[in-house]
Amino acid sequence: MTTLTHAAESPPADGTDPATRPGRGHGAERRGLDRWGLLVLPLVVFLLLVFITPLAVILARSVTDPQVGVENYLDFFSSSVYFDVLVNTFEISGLVTLLTLLLGFPYAYLMTLASPFWRGVLLVAVLVPFWTSLLVRTFAWKLLLDNTGIVNTFLLDQGLVDEPLALIRNQTGVLIGMVQVMLPYAVLPLFATMRGIDRRLVDAAEGLGARPIVAFWRIYAPLTLPGVVAATLLVFISSIGFYVTPALLGGPKSMMIGELIVQQLSGVLNWGFASALAVVLLVVTSLLLLVVSRFVRIGRLIGGQE
Amino acid sequence: MSTKVLCRTALAGVVTLTAIYLVAPVFVVIPTSFNASPFLEFPPKVFSTRWYQSYFDDPAWINATLNSLQIGVWVTILSVVLGTGAALAMVRGRYPLRAIVSGLVLAPMLVPYVIVGLAVYAVFLELGLTQSILGFVLVHTALAVPFVVINVSAALVSFDERLELASMSLGANRVTTFLKVTLPNILPSVLAGALFAFITSFDEVVTSTFLAGPDVSTLPVQMWSGVRVQIDPTVAAVSTMLLLVTLALFASAGLVRLVRSRRLNRVA
Repeated sequence: MTTLTHAAESPPADGTDPATRPGRGHGAERRGLDRWGLLVLPLVVFLLLVFITPLAVILARSVTDPQVGVENYLDFFSSSVYFDVLVNTFEISGLVTLLTLLLGFPYAYLMTLASPFWRGVLLVAVLVPFWTSLLVRTFAWKLLLDNTGIVNTFLLDQGLVDEPLALIRNQTGVLIGMVQVMLPYAVLPLFATMRGIDRRLVDAAEGLGARPIVAFWRIYAPLTLPGVVAATLLVFISSIGFYVTPALLGGPKSMMIGELIVQQLSGVLNWGFASALAVVLLVVTSLLLLVVSRFVRIGRLIGGQE
Repeated sequence: MSTKVLCRTALAGVVTLTAIYLVAPVFVVIPTSFNASPFLEFPPKVFSTRWYQSYFDDPAWINATLNSLQIGVWVTILSVVLGTGAALAMVRGRYPLRAIVSGLVLAPMLVPYVIVGLAVYAVFLELGLTQSILGFVLVHTALAVPFVVINVSAALVSFDERLELASMSLGANRVTTFLKVTLPNILPSVLAGALFAFITSFDEVVTSTFLAGPDVSTLPVQMWSGVRVQIDPTVAAVSTMLLLVTLALFASAGLVRLVRSRRLNRVA
């Protein structure tokens, strides 16, 4: 029941690919609607009404509010202030992705080496934040990183710094908070991939005279690529739409596009512009997902049955 | 050989620090919530339960909690019904535009919640659905339903359909077969999906901030306003309670799975 443990391309437990199983037809050979197929209709209608229609309304609004035309988009792309937010969004998402990989790779690797007990401990350490409310975690980071927070109080009391470190209301704060939130999404697909790698291949390389580092880099690392790709894409795509963590831990210079959307709506009631921003974010996310779907099955990436 | 030991030690060191980084928030929130001072010192010098008191004494917090629970229950019911049906159709059935339908069903968990919030707010404002329980239920169900579909369809794919054929060849009709053979087999996954659905709804803050207002709010929105401007220590008490409830839920789910797998191993 754990989502994500089967991320990347690991086959299901019974060894058959669901797509090739008999009874699960595709496209041409199975057209029309049968009695089982009818059961999908309520959900489709529900999502069309509650999810797709509102998105269409936003799309329309972005080119009709306040007047018909692409003015909102021109405003966005011509203003360096707003464009900087987009650049910043990509920069933070890229850094978050890099940091989660740097921390997640050794973590997942040690999980495959550890004894069952320690593997369990490491898994719980990943799953606790995964299950914990995002708001609770972000709140906790605020307690830790604020100028009067735990970290700074400790450092000041010990005389290690003279004035509080700026750990919050800037990019540092956003990175610390977001990497912690996204780390499980990197560790779990990496671990799923690494668990399936035959370690005897590395032993064989070493037996044939390769130094351990060479064997690791030339044999093991390439085999982890599917997990690395899955983790990278999952973390990056999730990061660009973040709102809660940057809004709470970031400052004016580290604003991301999600925050700008809310600000444009609640602050200035600028419906057309907020909608145009949402459309830009939606298009970027969709394009990335389209690229991803060439590499990995999205359904696998975001969930599945253990 | 010694370089290998050195590498392993370094690896263990880095990973230990990462593990601490991952669980640090949990270790901070719980003791902080028992702090007597309004300045959230850590570790607390004087312990008290005053922030728990302030939660239980404040009708705004209590109402928000009750709203969240009510919304969560409706979302769970609705998304289990819609999602299980869709999963059955997707694994067993025949319907047109399969790829588009799968995309549609997964889309709510891929589209950034800020966009969903803005879009739904635009429509619900016109329909008078903002600040209404129904409005929250509709949006949260859309966000929660993919979890049910993913869990249930995974269970259906690995379920041996020959068991159903056996049941029907022994004279049971389709409905009896589903209720007595299929459903008990996929029930753990349906319950897992239900749990995810409930937590998705109970935890959702981004879309909820768009829909909430002075009349109807939810617990996460209340927490959000409690930390946004200045930290209200009541949030620490609420966070601790949420943490303990979530951990208890998942620990019990894990325990159920452990017992089940033990039992299966014994049979095998």
